[in-house]
Amino acid sequence: MTNDQIKQAVLQIISVIAPDEDLSRLKSDVALREQLELDSMDFLDIVMELRKRYKVEVPEADYGHLASLDSCATYLEPKLKDK
Amino acid sequence: MTRDWLKGVKDEYDAIIIGSGLAGMTAANRLATCGYSVLLLEHHYNFGGMATWFKRKGGHIFDISLHGFPIGMIKTCRKYWSADIAESIVQLKGIRFDNPQFSFTTSFDRADFTDKLVNHFKIPADTVEEFFKFARGMNFYDDQKITTRELFERYFPGRPDVWRLLMEPIAYANGSTLDDPAITFGIVFSNFMSKGVYTFQGGTDKLITKMKATLKANKVDLRHHALVEKVLLEQGRVAGVVCNGRTIRAKSVLSNANLKSTIHKLVGDEHFSPEFLREAAAVRLNSSSCQVYMGVRKGESIPYVGDLFFTSTHPEFDTEALNSMAVTSRTYSFYYPDTRPGSDRYAIVCSTNANYADWITLSEEDYRREKDKLIKGVVDTLERYLPGVSAKIDHLEASTPRTFEYYTRHMAGASFGTKFEGLKISQNLSKAIGGLFHAGSVGIIMSGWLGAINYGVIMANEVDKYLRQDVAVPAPVREETPPAMSESHV
Ligand SMILES: Cc1cc2nc3c(=O)[nH]c(=O)nc-3n(C[C@H](O)[C@H](O)[C@H](O)COP(=O)(O)OP(=O)(O)OC[C@H]3O[C@@H](n4cnc5c(N)ncnc54)[C@H](O)[C@@H]3O)c2cc1C
Repeated sequence: MTNDQIKQAVLQIISVIAPDEDLSRLKSDVALREQLELDSMDFLDIVMELRKRYKVEVPEADYGHLASLDSCATYLEPKLKDK
Repeated sequence: MTRDWLKGVKDEYDAIIIGSGLAGMTAANRLATCGYSVLLLEHHYNFGGMATWFKRKGGHIFDISLHGFPIGMIKTCRKYWSADIAESIVQLKGIRFDNPQFSFTTSFDRADFTDKLVNHFKIPADTVEEFFKFARGMNFYDDQKITTRELFERYFPGRPDVWRLLMEPIAYANGSTLDDPAITFGIVFSNFMSKGVYTFQGGTDKLITKMKATLKANKVDLRHHALVEKVLLEQGRVAGVVCNGRTIRAKSVLSNANLKSTIHKLVGDEHFSPEFLREAAAVRLNSSSCQVYMGVRKGESIPYVGDLFFTSTHPEFDTEALNSMAVTSRTYSFYYPDTRPGSDRYAIVCSTNANYADWITLSEEDYRREKDKLIKGVVDTLERYLPGVSAKIDHLEASTPRTFEYYTRHMAGASFGTKFEGLKISQNLSKAIGGLFHAGSVGIIMSGWLGAINYGVIMANEVDKYLRQDVAVPAPVREETPPAMSESHV
């Protein structure tokens, strides 16, 4: 997956977890939590969905890398390069 | 020959869930939607655990633990159950207090509490603001050393009246005391303060019926009258369970039974390291409860006097007095017809916190006498606020720590799981025994309907992680802090 595809994939997951949020104006370089009402359970959901859909594991210690769309893509790119 | 409650149960599952409390059912649902084969075993004839209800002659129906939960339940139910379940959640607006220190009604949210603290208790607005901000900001990674007492000392020194306002409802909600870590207060209090107190319209029966239907639709094999006697291990890892005398194999087992019963009874001490056992032994159980159920005769009604009523004649907040048999601090929940739209019935349930030890030592005769005393105290107090109400009541019944122990099999009839230290043991169970997980009221913050459901989700995530590894190789030792615990779990 390319960097852009990963962002789309994460956005797709967020749209399921937070169906009421308007994601069209989301800034990819700003923390998700600053733009959306996401709590720690939502981040757990994102991790679970990533595992389910792409078989990628995000260890507890790396949750910080999921802060913004950009940082998600940078972090996940090497893990998803063959998918 | 008794009936075979396990008829048709397969020989092996990906996951077996022991217990159908909210955490157990939610974990089962999550795992089933991930595509795993799941078997849920419940010893009682009903599902729901403490989230339960019962019916009595005369058309009475009583809810056990439907007194109120924070707004977070809406989002949690929508995400982990269904929009349909979430849509039945409605606000309870009349929360009333009457005690020697203050007497008023509040919507139990930040705006109204700020108003009460500033205008009634004359606390400077800045202090109130700072307190709310601090309480809201608390999360699992914060310093866990500071106690609720120290938190109150910091913001409201010498104000036992304010302490009572802040603490008494939370002590009822999760059995916590002034000496528990402040985070156990901060998280639960802030969740309620966000938007007030909510309930499930239609009653607990409707909620559990919907959850059961969802579980069935998602192909969870649901069994009641199914008592798990033992968790089976092979080479230090989970291999299945023994239930009603029958062996059922599983790659993973998630226990929704009490944490201590899981360790000592279902698994057995011989399978744990002395170090683990030492830590487990230090885990304290939370307090138990008494309840008195008052059914109003068909055709009779009571006026609206609020939804939740905290009353006491005790001079100030005092944990010991709160749990003692001579308690005068009580919470009344009033159930009006719109609790179950379409019904025309009224019911009142009074809850008090209780010590298991006080009740378990009584002879049968003393037990009956104490129960009668409990009921009389509750009805006499209510009569003071609602003159004539006793004449309208045609069903009276009490439950005690013994009752809670009998129905849920929780050690010492614990109503809210364990004290804070239990959380770590619960989280680390799978490190001690591969494939064994626990989800259910622990650590105070993971209790209550919302806490139990969210904890079920958190642990289902751990089970999923485990099952995706090649289960044939030993599980790697994981060095982890508990999964993202913060504001929204309870
Ligand atoms: C009196 C009272 C009032 C409460 N009021 C509220 C309230 O107003 N709001 C709120 O949010 N929370 C309230 N709570 C707390 C809330 O009900 C609980 O925290 C929550 O329901 C606990 O869910 P749980 O998943 O931990 O499991 P539990 O509900 O404890 O369920 C555990 C299940 O496991 C089963 N089980 C145990 N051992 C075995 C075995 N060996 N084999 C098979 N099955 C087994 C039990 O039968 C039970 O069904 C109240 C609790 C009490 C006691």
